[in-house]
Amino acid sequence: MEDLDQFRQTVRQWLEDNCPQSQRQPMQPEEQYWGGRRGSFASDDARLWFERMRDKGWVAPEWPEQYGGGGLSAQQAKVLGEEMKRIGARKPLFGLGLWMLGPALLEYGNEAQKERHLRAIVNGESRWCQGYSEPGSGSDLASLQCKAEDKGDHFLVNGSKIWTTKADECDWIFCLVRTNTEVKKQEGISFLLIDMDDPGVSTTPIELISGESEFCQTFFDNVKVPKENLVGELNQGWSVAKALLVHERKLMSEIGSDSPRQSLVPAMAAREYLEFADGRIANTALRTQLAEYDMRMQAIALTHFRTFEEKVAGQRSAAPLIMKYVGTEAEKTKSELLLAILGSRGIGWEGEGFTATELDTTRLWAMSYAMTIAGGTSEIQLNVVAKNVLELPQA
Amino acid sequence: MALVLNEEQRLLKESAQSFLAAEAPVAALRKLRDSKDALGYDPELWRQMAEMGWASIVLPEEFGGLDFGFAGLGVVLEETGRTLAASPLFATTVLGASALLLGASGEQKTALLPAIAEGSLTFALAHEESHHHQPTRVATQARRQGEQYVINGCKTFVLDGHSADKLIVVARTSGEDSDSAGISLLLVDRDTPGVTVQRTLMADSRNAANISFSDVAVPTQALVGGEGDGWEILEPVLDRGRVAMAAEMFGLATECLERTVAYLKEREQFGALIGSFQALQHRAAHMQAEVELCRSVIRQALSTVDDAPGQLPMLASLAKAQLNELVKLTSNEAVQMHGGIGVTDEMDIGFFLKRARVAMQILGDTGFHKDRYATLSGY
Repeated sequence: MEDLDQFRQTVRQWLEDNCPQSQRQPMQPEEQYWGGRRGSFASDDARLWFERMRDKGWVAPEWPEQYGGGGLSAQQAKVLGEEMKRIGARKPLFGLGLWMLGPALLEYGNEAQKERHLRAIVNGESRWCQGYSEPGSGSDLASLQCKAEDKGDHFLVNGSKIWTTKADECDWIFCLVRTNTEVKKQEGISFLLIDMDDPGVSTTPIELISGESEFCQTFFDNVKVPKENLVGELNQGWSVAKALLVHERKLMSEIGSDSPRQSLVPAMAAREYLEFADGRIANTALRTQLAEYDMRMQAIALTHFRTFEEKVAGQRSAAPLIMKYVGTEAEKTKSELLLAILGSRGIGWEGEGFTATELDTTRLWAMSYAMTIAGGTSEIQLNVVAKNVLELPQA
Repeated sequence: MALVLNEEQRLLKESAQSFLAAEAPVAALRKLRDSKDALGYDPELWRQMAEMGWASIVLPEEFGGLDFGFAGLGVVLEETGRTLAASPLFATTVLGASALLLGASGEQKTALLPAIAEGSLTFALAHEESHHHQPTRVATQARRQGEQYVINGCKTFVLDGHSADKLIVVARTSGEDSDSAGISLLLVDRDTPGVTVQRTLMADSRNAANISFSDVAVPTQALVGGEGDGWEILEPVLDRGRVAMAAEMFGLATECLERTVAYLKEREQFGALIGSFQALQHRAAHMQAEVELCRSVIRQALSTVDDAPGQLPMLASLAKAQLNELVKLTSNEAVQMHGGIGVTDEMDIGFFLKRARVAMQILGDTGFHKDRYATLSGY
């Protein structure tokens, strides 16, 4: 513990010396740095901050130093996170490479793949998207049809992927592809890395009910992919995908506490938009709903802490498996509650007559619906708990 | 590392589990109920519990206690919730001992705490006066007359009130009906002239009583804490009680879920185990999710008693509100998913349902704690 305290002092000093003041302010979504060939910095300070963190290895604090990571333990990384949060330091880099592919490569990738891709991610040279779902394969992900045929020195990929986040700005996509149609569906899937600049790859954005177009559909038309881009064994991609989904769900469960958007905090919004009488919200039904939401969020935060403590203590529990479900459902509750608190000011769509925050509230509400669907619907999460935790018989 | 059990707590949990399975299964409560047992618990069981140190688990070593803190006590209470073990543990060790630890003089502690540790002295907190929990609503009067206090008033829902040796009576020495100032705590032997005890038989087959006080005279030394300052002791005692009751309720909820999941794996209908039906799987999985959240809440609330009493009011209301909702959900679902046999007395699950309803009322229902949480949050 003493070592950790000392580490905290070192971190605090380093951040104090190296994090520019402008990088300690709340960030707008457009100020985030996602890296890649099409990525750009919002300011010189953002570039400086990223480069300093990169050189320190703290863009990916827990990755090994040989791949550009910081080589920190889970506890040290937590301390770093806490110290960054304390001064409001921005995250220097965003992206699925950092959050999802990196951890999967560390577990399943070969040395050449780690060498090639991990440092490129940390350096901000490559931006990744994920190719899992297909128009015909949503919750039943294992039924995916996008196929990769063995052509000797390469795979020939044909098919399409949907919900590929910002695919039109990405350099690479990690994909689940069908490499065997003769076996049980989970056993004929492989995990493939595809360069988005390869001939035959194209993307089309999809407009959502929120008005945003974060997601694309990505098409593969006779795309030649070198054999070296296969991660893990042929037809073993489902295991890689499952491990990766754990990272994605963890990420989504934490979205509430670490959202890139500055959404309203319901208790604060209540002060601005609700009438109070004798220090209490006059609308007793809303007051109760607000208390219920705050209690829920406190219980979720405590459970995040518990899963961390369990990880450090080497204990396993069911808690991580429920977090995506409860976290995203709570986010939906929150956006619904904000609409109720803002009343008619919470349902403006665009233009004059509403503040930017009010308009964001409406949009975030519309976006919140995707959260209990993406990364495995709430119903799929419950299936997983029923099967893996409760060990209920399968139909 | 307050959110995971340490080695000491894990061992305590295991020993509590095997002891209660052998000595106080649900069948023991059923027997107490069916025989209309006068005491409502087995004194031999309480003697054994005291021998294992449970009666004194939160007491400092100087009074013969184990000094395991509420984190340790919570582990035991969780297990008692799993078997619905009836004992003076809550009224005496949680409420009685906490009131003495927080408010009693050195002399009172020396006289009373070792007897609690031994299991030879039981307590009840005579507090509630209404059928809803309203902690400052105290109309019972204690008038100072020379070297005595004379108590008049009526108490209800006094847990262990018909069996405890001593009562800690919450009475008003000054102020108006709902003031927190002017409340005093007084030690009263249950057999003092003027004390009338009416045992109330509750749905959970556990112990409670209505108690009336008619010109009950006690010496001024019976005062616990300062005259009129009782609220400063009472509020943290109530919060400890809420957290402790929530720990017991957590055991009750996990037991309901586990019994239900076991049943889903053995009951066949339409030629299949009913646990294979997604309609039931999702409801069971949802309960598991709620259990996981409450596990974190309970651990945090218990360690808050020991380590951060300043944050206790909020954590206590969080814990009691969340656990009220959890036991309601799990006990209702348990009965429904057991189907026809779930509503028979032969099946134990009904005992859990009934205990859940009584526990939900103890020291504040869900509405009370949501309201308090909102007030503490500043809205």
